[in-house]
Amino acid sequence: MPLMLALVLEQTLNGLQYGVMLFLMAAGLTLIFGIMNLVNLAHGSLYMVGAYLATAFAERTGSFVLGVALALPATLLVGVVVEVIALRTLYERDHLDQVLATFGLILFFNELIAIVWGRAAIFTSVPPFLSGHFRVLPGLPYPTYRAVIILVGAAVAVLLWALVTHTRLGMRIRAGASNRTMIAALGVDIRLLYTLVFGLGAALAGLAGAMAGPLYSVQPGMGESILIQVFVVIVIGGIGSIRGAIVGALVVGMADTLGRAFLKPMLATMISPPAADKAGPALASMSIYLLMAAVLFFRPEGLFPARSRS
Amino acid sequence: MAETLLSIRGLTKRFGGLLASDRIDLDVARGETHAIIGPNGAGKTTLIGQLAGDLRPDAGAIRFGDQDVTRLDAPHRARHGLARSFQVTSVFRDFSALDNVALAVQAHRGSSFRFWRPARADATLRDPARAALQSVGLEARAEVRAANLAHGEQRQLEIAMALATEPGLLLLDEPVAGMGLDESQRMVRFLSTLKRRITIVLVEHDMDAVFTLADRISVMVYGRIIATGTPPEIRGNDEVRRAYLGEDQV
Amino acid sequence: MALSRRTLVLAAGCVALALVPPIAALTNQPFYLDLFRRMMIFAIAAVSLDLILGYGGMVSFGHAAYLGIGAYAVGIPAYHGIQNGWLQWGLAIAASALIALVIGAISLRTSGVSFIMITLAFAQMLYYLGISLETYGGDNGMRLAARSRFGGIVDLREPTVFYYVVLAILVLFLALGSRLVESRFGMAVRAAKSNEARARAIGFSPLPYKLTAFVIAGGGGGLAGALLANQTEYLTPDFMHWTRSGEIMFMVILGGMGTLFGPVIGAVALLLLEDVLSALTAHWQIILGPILVLVVLFAKRGLFGLLVGETRDG
Repeated sequence: MPLMLALVLEQTLNGLQYGVMLFLMAAGLTLIFGIMNLVNLAHGSLYMVGAYLATAFAERTGSFVLGVALALPATLLVGVVVEVIALRTLYERDHLDQVLATFGLILFFNELIAIVWGRAAIFTSVPPFLSGHFRVLPGLPYPTYRAVIILVGAAVAVLLWALVTHTRLGMRIRAGASNRTMIAALGVDIRLLYTLVFGLGAALAGLAGAMAGPLYSVQPGMGESILIQVFVVIVIGGIGSIRGAIVGALVVGMADTLGRAFLKPMLATMISPPAADKAGPALASMSIYLLMAAVLFFRPEGLFPARSRS
Repeated sequence: MAETLLSIRGLTKRFGGLLASDRIDLDVARGETHAIIGPNGAGKTTLIGQLAGDLRPDAGAIRFGDQDVTRLDAPHRARHGLARSFQVTSVFRDFSALDNVALAVQAHRGSSFRFWRPARADATLRDPARAALQSVGLEARAEVRAANLAHGEQRQLEIAMALATEPGLLLLDEPVAGMGLDESQRMVRFLSTLKRRITIVLVEHDMDAVFTLADRISVMVYGRIIATGTPPEIRGNDEVRRAYLGEDQV
Repeated sequence: MALSRRTLVLAAGCVALALVPPIAALTNQPFYLDLFRRMMIFAIAAVSLDLILGYGGMVSFGHAAYLGIGAYAVGIPAYHGIQNGWLQWGLAIAASALIALVIGAISLRTSGVSFIMITLAFAQMLYYLGISLETYGGDNGMRLAARSRFGGIVDLREPTVFYYVVLAILVLFLALGSRLVESRFGMAVRAAKSNEARARAIGFSPLPYKLTAFVIAGGGGGLAGALLANQTEYLTPDFMHWTRSGEIMFMVILGGMGTLFGPVIGAVALLLLEDVLSALTAHWQIILGPILVLVVLFAKRGLFGLLVGETRDG
């Protein structure tokens, strides 16, 4: 396989893998936005909690898989506790209040983590049985761990789709995303539904965080940098829609990864290499925001909005 | 034959599978007071929404005066002389009644890109605003915060705001909804004084108001206008009686 | 002539601020001069945010970006030997206003949750842009070569002089802001916030007014950024970090949204609180976080409202 093609394919797979991480975060967040109309800046904190808990459990049990498996329900529990204690009062409030209150939660969580684990980044390594490469195609070895992430993401997407379209809970979720007041009027236990949805979102974020450990640095504040990209995903995809979260995550994941990999060399063919050296990374990190701006210009409501225009 | 001020041709609007407006044709003459009645779900609110500029029709055209306004948004239509009141009272709650009307005056005339002079000290805004409040009988309540006005007073305020924009057409969405007997009679009396001077299109359920005010009535059922005529004509129309008024009404 | 409670509070505040340098000199605590000057600079930023947040209802979570732009508008020319304050500060205001125009034009196409997220995303974009500026320190930022020069009119290297310059700018900003919010333009913006459907129905197209307010607020943030760079004599992309945006927003809420003068109190209060807390423990944010949550849940009227006994903007 020609080198260039292999590089492009590899980066495409990386884009897919990053897209999976974004999707896991975006799915929960978009449901929470869509159903509870809650702006939750602290969603990134749940990602961080998932990462730290997975690391801690893995150390205790000696097994990476067990670490992830335990981190999931633990993060769900943390999410439910936060929802019951701090977030319930916010459902009635306007977005500004929600933004500020959850901002306060971020400060709290970041500092809590720093107190328990310190501010320095923790490095976890890929577990031995998942390290190494396997041949996706002849001439294209790909890190096993990243491939596993992609598969996990695909599985979650299918499970979520099944949940949302084929179960009663899913029906209520879709109804709630479409028309909140109506579903309450129909006698559905709103508080329980909200807690369930929030817990689901927390578990997904925790899963993303748990899997992120070996790939990205685990440190206080790690949630926020990915969170803002998740916002971009949701804005592009459309608030309240899982389909939008999938498409948005893939688009943003690809754009970000491919941009980082290829923008600089591409630019170097057009302008001088030193200039490309400076402009390349800047443009790469800006690329997804420019993409967001472009999408918004033509479709302010996103690509697949759940709520129809009333 | 009075000239046509508002002309609706083939107005169509769908919401998914629901045909809310089904090729509506309607002409309203200048100076006419035209009422639109019909059972709930007939599509009256959708029609008002499309006339006001809140909803874009899927097909059809709306002409106001000599201008095609179909593609214009609500602010532009307002600036062309189309004023409205809302079904659920909608005013600037944290501002005084006088402020509310002064804002309408401001929107209508002159530029709002003035950054220095206080608007509340501007007589060119305050004086016409007071006059409008006086015409609806609210001048005593000028300094009261809109949120603290009684429901009926808020409705009067909306009319004052509409009048302050010196409209050619007044679009009223259930003007006496939620009013007691005295209040609604006062409102109807007041609206009668506006007849001839301003063209009025109103949607109403209160039949007393409708038959007192209207020069002509259109009856809507399932998105279509099934009959248009003078009040006696409508009263006598069998199809209308069956569909809406009920056999034993009137 | 009876003075309203509001006027008394404002006058007292102004006098108190003006007295800080002499008191600091008398008590030999120059630290307080520095602290209050920092508070006033953030007050300017908070007041500029209040214009769009409190009066315009636009929850912009990216306001710190303009402080960053203003700071770099001073830092970059200074790095290249251009120290003319008029040029630098003029550039700070112009650049922030221009970027606010672009960001606003795109963001104001949305509303609600999307608007919040988009303003946040754009600010983050600028933050990454700042990090990528290797020449100007990148991640670590850079020292300011020298404070802005105003050719003999004022010398910002004199702490007291700089203090009164900042105070003068704050007072001027508040005065202009007060006229702005009561003007026809201000009323149009406030009407759009109060009831957008109603505003449209009487003939206001909200977008031009909101965008103009957004640009004015951006310019104000840029000026605050220029002052901040001079204050700290160091600038980093952290000025633009989204947590800074959150802090400024808190100053507005804490002080009282839609009051213009409230945010000044909010800036003073929040920075004082941070100062006190950080003296207690290195992990002060774990205390600040819940305090912010409690303020939002229970004390949203803001300190200015409590002092003066008024309700918020109407």
